[in-house]
Amino acid sequence: MSADPQGRMRRGNARVIRIALVVGAVMFLFGFACVPIYRIVCTHVLGIKLEEGPASAGKVDAYKVDATREVTVEFVGNVNSALPWQFAPEAVRMTVHPGAMTLAWYDARNVSARAITGHAVPSVAPQTASLYFNKVECFCFTDQTLQAGESRRMPVRFVVDPRLPANVKTLTLSYTFYENQLAERRAAQAAAPAAPAG
Amino acid sequence: MATHAATHDHHDEKPQGFLDRWLFTTNHKDIGTLYLVFSFTMVCIGAAMSGVIRAELMKPGLQLVQPYFFNEMTTMHALVMIFGAIMPAFVGLANWMVPLMIGAPDMALPRMNNWSFWILPFAFVLLLSTLFMPGGAPAGGWTMYPPLVLQGGNGIAFMIFAIHLMGISSIMGAINIIATILNMRAPGMDLLKMPVFVWSWLITAFLLIAVLPVLAGAVTMLLTDKYFGTSFFNAAGGGDPVMYQHIFWFFGHPEVYIMILPAFGIISEIVPTFARKPLFGYKAMVYALACIAFLSFIVWAHHMFTVGMPLGGELFFMYATMLIAVPTGVKVFNWLTTMWRGSLTFETPMLWAIAFVILFTIGGFSGVMTAVVPADFQYQDTYFVVAHFHYVLVTGALFSIIGAIYYWWPKWTGRMYNDKWGKIHFWWSVVFANVLFFPQHFLGLAGMPRRIPDYNVAFADFNFISSIGAFGMFFTPFMFFFILWHSKRHGAKADARAWDGARGLEWTVPSPAPYHTFSTPPLVDDSLLAHGDVSH
Repeated sequence: MSADPQGRMRRGNARVIRIALVVGAVMFLFGFACVPIYRIVCTHVLGIKLEEGPASAGKVDAYKVDATREVTVEFVGNVNSALPWQFAPEAVRMTVHPGAMTLAWYDARNVSARAITGHAVPSVAPQTASLYFNKVECFCFTDQTLQAGESRRMPVRFVVDPRLPANVKTLTLSYTFYENQLAERRAAQAAAPAAPAG
Repeated sequence: MATHAATHDHHDEKPQGFLDRWLFTTNHKDIGTLYLVFSFTMVCIGAAMSGVIRAELMKPGLQLVQPYFFNEMTTMHALVMIFGAIMPAFVGLANWMVPLMIGAPDMALPRMNNWSFWILPFAFVLLLSTLFMPGGAPAGGWTMYPPLVLQGGNGIAFMIFAIHLMGISSIMGAINIIATILNMRAPGMDLLKMPVFVWSWLITAFLLIAVLPVLAGAVTMLLTDKYFGTSFFNAAGGGDPVMYQHIFWFFGHPEVYIMILPAFGIISEIVPTFARKPLFGYKAMVYALACIAFLSFIVWAHHMFTVGMPLGGELFFMYATMLIAVPTGVKVFNWLTTMWRGSLTFETPMLWAIAFVILFTIGGFSGVMTAVVPADFQYQDTYFVVAHFHYVLVTGALFSIIGAIYYWWPKWTGRMYNDKWGKIHFWWSVVFANVLFFPQHFLGLAGMPRRIPDYNVAFADFNFISSIGAFGMFFTPFMFFFILWHSKRHGAKADARAWDGARGLEWTVPSPAPYHTFSTPPLVDDSLLAHGDVSH
């Protein structure tokens, strides 16, 4: 067994290197695997809504208006510092009955000299109440392209689930608008093939 | 100098010539020295940056620097100190001491050892060069949270490549240490007879290999988000910036233990020597190290309690974090019981070790405070957190490194240093470190946010005191350098067993340790391994 201690040591070292490099490579990939894992854990294990489409009509129609209860909904509008837009809610605050369909408006204006595509990311506070806030129609479901100087009045139609926990008296709906350069690039590419042909 | 030494001990076979000796060296002692010298240089650069920070914060208002430059300083100070000072210093100590402690002739992979050191200077040239670039150095904090960090100049690309290089260097160093410990132990040096310092590095090396690739992945995603149009963390493209924080802290929390476990190992060497008693509860110490390392993987989100998390998540991460206090407490109490009824003497290394036990525990306590979710909502991103991690990293990790250098210096150089000067260095550091960091607890509790160049006048007094402490601390690297330089030149000759109660294989070789040691494996005498559990 100890006939060849040098060789034994070299084989041992090679084994350590092999295992360590495999572990390192696996952990490097794990960093990237965190991206899907994060989505799966958030949506399926923790029940957090990461991406929101419109709430289904069947779900919303089943709600009964709870006229005995009033909830204050506050509206906040922000733009990312890289986006030269003005963006604000028309009404800062509304009082609604849970279960009642409500319409609110935001105003956006492109103050730059070029067309810009923006995308609004919504957020509801307190976070525990976000599951009970249903948007039926929202400008945040699609990209918004504003030409230079153009302004747009944008609706959001929502219903608060009557099962909203009783301790929640105020909900805050906030949007942050980001420039979606990816969509702008795609639009430019879609337009580009026509240009050389013409 | 080199020729002098060569004629003196010709059997040492040191390579001739500066380049052969240092650039191409594969000797674990030379590489250990290189790591320590590099780390000392980085400490001085990082300290200069903290000098800028504390000078600006001495009074409210903006006096000296612009806010953006201030933020560059906080970001670079952290990166330089963590990756340039603390981690390389521990790797340097491992290079010097692990082969000596387990009776190995050298590290297992000497050529890779050379490579893993020489990557570092290039990594830090990349990182520090960003200070001179248009757009400036990264200023979004060392945690590099998007979207803020992506709004800076192109310096962040250099930072990201520097981090890749540091990661490669650390992983190669870790592989080397694991291979050395697993394959090169002298016959009779069982795993459970190894000194605790060796154990602490074995576990730290596993942590390094497991988490540094995750950091590399995270910063790679930042790079592609900025330059290649991906949207991993870009909310506009469907990404999620909070996800970055989860990935980063999955690396970041084990990283803080990477910076403290070797310190635990060092203290477990110094305390028994000067208490003249075997380490109390050796096996418990080893299991506590492993336990802390395991727990470090499941507590990351306690850095982000206020970011938004389901209640169950907050509770899980709170309890898991508080659980770490148990193995850490085991270690602190075992050091105390090692000292209990020992024949204590208070030479310089022992003073640093005792200061470590006391001051690190203060940092541990404020850590338990920040682990409590409802309280953490007050502490998050305040100076309380700054005080907490400087207690564990400066009076914890850095003090242990200084203690280790004072402890093993006679073995490295064959010279004693002036113990009185060492004690002056110690008391000066302890007083000013506390003047520097203790008031920051009060500032944080009063609500002063971190990473800001200006503040409410209500915080003025404690900031003034804190800055005085910083200026006092600024002298300590020079004191340390002078004491060591004087010792190297004029110090008294050290015995092979430089300290009365020192046990372990490293003290069986002459001082200074010859260039090549343990070319034939030593006979392990259990009675001389008193730091290990030798009763079995």
